[in-house]
Amino acid sequence: MNVRAQVSMMFHLDKCIGCHTCSLACKNIWTDREGTEYMWWNNVETKPGTGYPTRWEDQDKYRGGWQKNGNGSVHLRATDKLRGFTNIFHQPYLPTIDDYYEPWTYRYGDLFDAPAGDDQPTARAISLITGAPIDIEAGPIWDDDMGGSNIYAANDPDFSELTEPEKQAFFEMERMVFFYLPRICNHCLNPGCVAACPSGALYKRGEDGIVLVNQNVCRAWRYCVSACPYKKVYYNWKSGKSEKCILCYPSLESGQAPACFHSCVGRIRYLGVVLYDADLIEETAAAPDDELVQRQREMILDPFDPAVIAQAKKDGVHHSVIESAQKSPVYRFVKEWQLALPLHPEFRTLPMLFYIPPLLPVLARMEDGDTYNVDATDYFGSLDKARIPIKYMANLFTGGNESHLVETFEKLLTVRMFKRSGEVGDVSLEKVEEMMTATGLTAEACEEIYRLTSLPTFDERFVIPPMHREYATELMGDPYTFKAETGFGFRGKPVRGL
Amino acid sequence: MTFAQLLFGVFPYVAIILAVVGTFWRYWSDKFSYSSLSSQFLETKQLFWGSVPWHYGILVVLTGHLVAFLFPRSILGWNGVPIRLYILEGLALIFGILAVVGLALLIVRRLNNPRLWKVTSTMDVVLLLVLLAQVIAGVWTAIFYRWGSSWFAAFATPYLWSILKFQPDIALVSNMPWMVQTHIVGGFVLLALLPFTRLVHLLSFPYEYMWRPPQVVIWYRRSRLGGS
Repeated sequence: MNVRAQVSMMFHLDKCIGCHTCSLACKNIWTDREGTEYMWWNNVETKPGTGYPTRWEDQDKYRGGWQKNGNGSVHLRATDKLRGFTNIFHQPYLPTIDDYYEPWTYRYGDLFDAPAGDDQPTARAISLITGAPIDIEAGPIWDDDMGGSNIYAANDPDFSELTEPEKQAFFEMERMVFFYLPRICNHCLNPGCVAACPSGALYKRGEDGIVLVNQNVCRAWRYCVSACPYKKVYYNWKSGKSEKCILCYPSLESGQAPACFHSCVGRIRYLGVVLYDADLIEETAAAPDDELVQRQREMILDPFDPAVIAQAKKDGVHHSVIESAQKSPVYRFVKEWQLALPLHPEFRTLPMLFYIPPLLPVLARMEDGDTYNVDATDYFGSLDKARIPIKYMANLFTGGNESHLVETFEKLLTVRMFKRSGEVGDVSLEKVEEMMTATGLTAEACEEIYRLTSLPTFDERFVIPPMHREYATELMGDPYTFKAETGFGFRGKPVRGL
Repeated sequence: MTFAQLLFGVFPYVAIILAVVGTFWRYWSDKFSYSSLSSQFLETKQLFWGSVPWHYGILVVLTGHLVAFLFPRSILGWNGVPIRLYILEGLALIFGILAVVGLALLIVRRLNNPRLWKVTSTMDVVLLLVLLAQVIAGVWTAIFYRWGSSWFAAFATPYLWSILKFQPDIALVSNMPWMVQTHIVGGFVLLALLPFTRLVHLLSFPYEYMWRPPQVVIWYRRSRLGGS
């Protein structure tokens, strides 16, 4: 056992209202510079939909993530030790900016300067790359709320295993249903980007597991962009460096929540430390598709177990971080209650951002021709008639394993009925107890899940461990070295090379 | 001092000093600027037909120059049999032409794409022009002044060694055809340009990737204690 700490995340999708506040909070802080306009370290996608960059989940096109070898190990799809050199002059699987979108602004001055005439002046869209007028053809939320869904959502790669009638049934206009999928870097335990970087510019921080790009070591070989299956490493075309979500580590280090977490209107986001066994990384990443979720859960260790605590201390995890892990909401949702699932575990990067799949759109179905309703006669039975097929959800969250999703949804339903029986009183206690027996939840667990889902305080959602920067090597140096510098560790201005 | 002395006796030292001092200066003062500055993200299809032939072509040709510089006798020995000479010269010419064609395509690509102009600096233009002149002069020399692989060992190698020994023997090169002289001076111009252009990506060849473990974990506490 080799115990490490990971600052881990959980998003509760039933609570996401798709307002994009998280995206804008992030953009305003980190990617409001030339070369980064097209980057959305945090983005929110409508599902079903093609996402950003378009069809990012289609690894036959982008070749992100890992594949299983026969012998219980994994290899990157996009690169390896040999191709790291032979493809360095041109990478066959690198997305281009057109796979994302060409960033633009408007020539607002035209509205004021246009000569008097019969027509209203318009502000033309101009490219933020060339400055020339462009016709906008794509954007970061182009198919938001299923806009143009017959063109966009129909191409969602997660439909791959659904039959044509199932797909068609989905797109009947009156019966459409969708949900939102906010995405940031997963700060994976087996990151493809790190393994792909020939320069060794990407690394995982030992103490908290945050994955970063060292801007001074990056040489624009671009393998990280190809190798990340979530397309969450971005190439800054201006500076010639790759950039990615840094989980707002300067905020975390001062005990504050990352911007996207802090600003979340629906309060869907949770953050906390989990302890995991780093010795299991490779064999877990090489597990069969339908075991990936369970095996990843098994890697996460019980922070109350004395043996784990002893080993964690031996492995250099600070006792204050272990204490923080004991209060972690992510631990409770992922491991204790087994409610939260990783996004596309079949990419085998062991992502550490977990999602509670949305129950509401799954259960929604038409009654009386115009109202959505939930089947009130047989609660679990309504899953069979799910509006969004369980198969689709399984393609997203469990590598195709439908039983994990059914278990999760049944637990969510149980909590819902438990509260309904107490608050509304139209569900019998026997019925609720029957559900609790089936899902293995106790009344206390139901109450705690309810409280942490619906009524959590700020400090219950974000349990930020002490980052102990006082141990950091750079602070052992002369503080005046860094006087009058800007940013985090930059000497001089980060301008494009000669 | 004659012009030839200036060109072949003095300028090489200026170029070497600029390359060495410039590289150290840039590396220590501005590591952030070290990058291959790839433009594949903005345009990928034409890049393939330019970048791949250019890089493989120039790498093989440069390796040939290096071998002839370090092991002139081996080259002369190999060239002793005509068929072997033809094979060597033929291959060298093919890779040289690959480099010229690739570079020309890269220049055309850059000229035709407004996105790429946004990421083209003055030094990029200078570098592309010098490189184009240099590879054209090289291929010209290979075609019209045969057989370069043999006389390189007899003239260029001793000349280059004489520079490294601080006794520049300009007589070896001062009577060469002007195209060959252009190629020699061009080589030193490129050396001098190295630290002041995107050519620095040559110096950051990621050889460590060959033996590095796939995952990189950095501990700020352990590193202070000297652990892994």
